[in-house]
Amino acid sequence: MPLQKARMSIIGEPKPIPPTGDAVSPSSSGSSVTGAQPRRLVVDAQHISLTFETADGRVDALADVNLGVADGEFVSFIGPSGCGKTTMLRVIADLQQPTSGTLLVNGMTAENARLARSYGYVFQAPALFPWRTIEKNLKLPLEIMGFSESEQTIRAERYLAMVNLKGFERKFPWQLSGGMQQRVSIARALSFDPAMLLMDEPFGALDEIVRDHLNEQLLQLWKSMGKTVLFVTHSIPEAVFLSTKIVVMSPRPGRIIDVIDCDFPADRSLEIRETPEFLKIAQRVRNGLRAGHSYDE
Amino acid sequence: MTSSSLALRVRAPSAFRQAVVERYVPVVTMVLALIAIWYVAAVAMNWTLVRDGFEREETPYAVSDVLAGTMDAARPLLPAPHQVINAFVDGVFGYPPLAPRSLIYHSLVTLSATFLGFILGALFGIALALIIVHSRVLERSLLPWIICSQMVPVLALAPIFIVVLGAIGLQGLLPKSIISAYLCFFPIAIGMVKGFTSPDPLQVELMRTWSATPRQVLWKLRWPASVPYLFASLKVAITISLIGAIVAELPTGGEAGIGARLLAGSYYGQTIQIWAALVAAAVLASSLIGIVGLIERGVNHRMGAH
Repeated sequence: MPLQKARMSIIGEPKPIPPTGDAVSPSSSGSSVTGAQPRRLVVDAQHISLTFETADGRVDALADVNLGVADGEFVSFIGPSGCGKTTMLRVIADLQQPTSGTLLVNGMTAENARLARSYGYVFQAPALFPWRTIEKNLKLPLEIMGFSESEQTIRAERYLAMVNLKGFERKFPWQLSGGMQQRVSIARALSFDPAMLLMDEPFGALDEIVRDHLNEQLLQLWKSMGKTVLFVTHSIPEAVFLSTKIVVMSPRPGRIIDVIDCDFPADRSLEIRETPEFLKIAQRVRNGLRAGHSYDE
Repeated sequence: MTSSSLALRVRAPSAFRQAVVERYVPVVTMVLALIAIWYVAAVAMNWTLVRDGFEREETPYAVSDVLAGTMDAARPLLPAPHQVINAFVDGVFGYPPLAPRSLIYHSLVTLSATFLGFILGALFGIALALIIVHSRVLERSLLPWIICSQMVPVLALAPIFIVVLGAIGLQGLLPKSIISAYLCFFPIAIGMVKGFTSPDPLQVELMRTWSATPRQVLWKLRWPASVPYLFASLKVAITISLIGAIVAELPTGGEAGIGARLLAGSYYGQTIQIWAALVAAAVLASSLIGIVGLIERGVNHRMGAH
C-alpha cells in the first residue's frame, strides 16, 4: 500500500493549486491524449505579427501566425534560425508583445496567463541560481508564489524524484552535469503545477546520447502528467519523436508553413525512429523546411 | 607556471617542500631586498646629518662612527628599519593600552571612526546603487555628481567638513566618520551597480515568468548575485575609509588617533614616531582587509562556491 501511495504522489493527478488559475479547466491528466471529444484550446493565436525596428531596418519576426493548441497536446516548433519559433514561444509567455493580432492563453490574455502562473518556462540553458542548492533552486518559484514551507518541501521532493534526481538535494548546480542541470530546470518549471510547459530548445546544448535519454524521459513525463507542452527545437527526429503536432516555420518573415499531425502510440520508444511511418513524417518536415528555405538563397 | 606545476606532480615526494619553497621564497626574498635597500638609503640620507653633528661638536670621528650614527640618530631623515620596528613595538607594548602614548590607544580612536564611516559609507553606497539600478533618469542625474565627489581632494574637503559640522554642533567621532564615509561609499556604489545588474538575463526572465515582484527579484536574485561584487568593493572601501579617518584627524588639531600621531610627529620632527604610526596604519589596513576576506570566505562557502 505505501508503495502505491508513493507512486501516486509522483505521477498522480496534480491537485489544483490556487495560484495556477486552473479554475477554467478541470485537470485533464486522466483523459488519454487521443480523446475523441473536442478539447479546449490552451493557446489560441489569431493573426499574430511582430516586427522589430533594428539598425538594419524592419525585421518581421512573426507575420500573420495562426495557431491553436488543444489541451494536453505536445506541439513542436521547428525551423531554421530566425524563423520566429522562439519568438512565438516568448509571445505566448508574455516575454515579448506582438505588434498585432489576438492571443488567448489558457482562456486569458498572455499577460494575465503569466500573472496566473499558467506556464513553466525552460530555456536552452538551465539558468539555475548558482548560490542555491538543487532543492532550494526547485523551491525558488514556490517561495515566490507563496507556497507554505511544508508544501515547498513536499513538492521539491516529488519533482526531484520525477526527474530521477533524488539524493541531489544538497548539491550545488556546479556539481551536476549539464543534462542533470537541465532536468532540474524542468522539475523547477513543473514544481508549481502550471497548465503548460514551454520549452525553448531545452536539450540543444546537450550531446546526442543525453538528448535521446532526456527525450524518452520527457515523453514519459508528458504522458503521466497530461500537460500541454510547447517545444522549440532544431532537430527533426526530436520533433517527430516527441510531438502530437509539428509546426514547421520559415524565416523572413517568420511564418508557419506546415502543421503536421503525428500520432504514434503513446508507449513509443526510440526504436520507432527507424519505422517507415516515422521516416515519412520526418521527410515531410524536411520538405517543409526546404520549401521555406528555397526563396532564400 | 604550468611547467613548474607539472614538475610538481611528477616528483611527488618533494612536492610539499617545493610548494613551501615556491610560496615563500619569493616573498621572503622581496622583503629582505627591500630591507637592504632601506638600510642603504638610511645610511645615504642620514650621512651628512650625522657627519655635520660630529663636526659641530668638534669631536674627532671615523667613517665607522658616522656609519653607526646613521643607524640610531634621534631625528633621522630616514629612520633605519630596526628603529621603526622598535618604536612600533614600544608604542604597542610599552605603555598601558589606553595611555596617550600607546599606539593601541590611537589605533582604537582611528578604528572607531573607520568602522562607523565604513558602515555609513557602505549603506549609502548600496542605497545609491539600488536607486541607480532602478531608475535610468536618476542614473543620468546622479552619476556625474558621484564621480565629481571623488575628484576633489579629500585633504581640501576635510577641513570644510570639520568646520561646517562643528558649526552645527557635531564634533569628535561623527565628523571623522562622515569624511571616511564620503570616501568609501564610492567604490561600493560603483561595484554594487555592476553587481545588481550582473544576473543572467535568463534568470531575470525566469523571475518574470513566475510573476515575481520587484522586491522578490531584488532579494532572491539581484542581491545574492551581487555578493562577489560587494566583497570586492568592501575590500577597497575598508582601506579607503581608514585613510579617510586618518586624513580627517589632521585638521582637527590632533587630539588622538593615528592621524594625530602623524601630525604631532611632523610638528616636532619625530620622524621615527611618524614611521611607527605609518606601520600601525599599515597593520590596521591589512588586518581590516583580512577580516573582510575571512567574512567573504565564510559567505562564499555558504553560497556553494567551489
